Amino acid sequence: MPRQTYHLELQNLHDQVLLLGSMVDKAIGRAMDSLVRRDADLARSVIEDDALVNRKRFQIEEQGIHLIATQQPMASDLRSIVAILSIVVDLERIGDYAAGIAKITLMHGDRPPVKPLVDIPRMAEQGRDMLRRALDAFVVLDVEAARAIANEDDEVDALYERVYQHLIALMIADPQVVDRATWLLWVSHNLERIADRVTNICERIIYKATGELVEINVSTY
Amino acid sequence: MQLTANTEATALAEQPAPALRTEGLSAWYGAHQAIRDVDLTILPNKITAIIGPSGCGKSTALRCLNRMHEVVRGARVAGKVLLDEEDIYAPGVDPVRVRRRIGMVFQKPNPFPMMSIYDNVVAGLRLTGESRGQDLDAVVEDNLRSVALWDEVKDKLRQSGASLSGGQQQRLCIARALAVEPEALLMDEPCSALDPVATYKIEELMEGLKDRYTIVIVTHNMQQASRVSDFTAFFLAGDERVGELIEYGPTDRLFTTPHDQRTEDYITGRFG
Repeated sequence: MPRQTYHLELQNLHDQVLLLGSMVDKAIGRAMDSLVRRDADLARSVIEDDALVNRKRFQIEEQGIHLIATQQPMASDLRSIVAILSIVVDLERIGDYAAGIAKITLMHGDRPPVKPLVDIPRMAEQGRDMLRRALDAFVVLDVEAARAIANEDDEVDALYERVYQHLIALMIADPQVVDRATWLLWVSHNLERIADRVTNICERIIYKATGELVEINVSTY
Repeated sequence: MQLTANTEATALAEQPAPALRTEGLSAWYGAHQAIRDVDLTILPNKITAIIGPSGCGKSTALRCLNRMHEVVRGARVAGKVLLDEEDIYAPGVDPVRVRRRIGMVFQKPNPFPMMSIYDNVVAGLRLTGESRGQDLDAVVEDNLRSVALWDEVKDKLRQSGASLSGGQQQRLCIARALAVEPEALLMDEPCSALDPVATYKIEELMEGLKDRYTIVIVTHNMQQASRVSDFTAFFLAGDERVGELIEYGPTDRLFTTPHDQRTEDYITGRFG
């Protein structure tokens, strides 16, 4: 007789991870919208909703610990839970980065960003795309996709480098903009870190599938 | 880091010569074949666990390792079991002598009920006539200490072995098996009749004993196999209800990354 209750609980744990992934994906999108549209209400909403992300992370961790304590998972089940316990930390941190971007929207007040937002939204879209595909790879245990996604972190790093150089040049040219340029540096840094966190998630997908703990792409930053 | 198949094979090859090795081992009860073509290498001073569902032949395989299988009427064995590279089934080999070199502990503690604790420990020595000239008091104390029972029974050595608790009786049986100084110890579900505390005592004891003995344990408790053993062998009976060795490897690897889907299905409970 297969262990149906246990496996349903395990499936539910996977579903909760996807839900958390979707929450933080949405958070990045809304945080960027708040910055681009200078929408303070939306920014405050992102910051408030981060508490839900944190709560979901703890709930998943508790479920995982409960399964370990009560079901003694082994083999692929054990690897899944161990991977999930790590992935939810990365997802929760991505939520924090989104909330951080929303806070920077609020810092701007009525002032516009120091430069037109072109590469920064591109970084956000690239990070979100990596995140969504990583979650797909998590579901179907696609090791090749996980490796490929992690390698895309280099593209985000390249965008970050360009944004960084541009913002530094603006600061040198006009010290009056140092505060706003620094805020955008923080935004771009948060987005760069999101891609790093997706890389971590990809490493855990590879562990879940193969049992191998590997570092697949070391970020430049 | 995970052991890949290649590094695992290399690691196994670098181990010292096996204590016990089976080659094409098959066993029958009358017309029914219980295990088929088992090639298994038991490394010295390691604990090897044999796991698998009921009827997979794990206890049969264990009993073949010291010629206990043939004690059953109609039972028969084919293939080889090599102890220090000598086939214990070769013509002229005395099964009693084999069993002396490879001791056995059973599922249900079975101290001789009419004998005292003291006499139980030295029963094997007396049976083989080796007790003469030995300091039996020292043998009793040494072996009861080996199984962490001495402090609990030193003041009642003349009481019946049956007066002890289940866990104490099982440790007494292990002391009895050790008293004849075997090279290997076979344990057939030694904790299945014991409560968790007594079980942990036996498990701790096994860890302490493996410096001196090679241990093979059959257990239906996968958590126990993963806790106590260095290597694990997974047996499974196929369509004809004949048990086969499906997978064998280092315990940590087998329980985290099994190579065979059937092992994966069994240890994750997706079986049946």
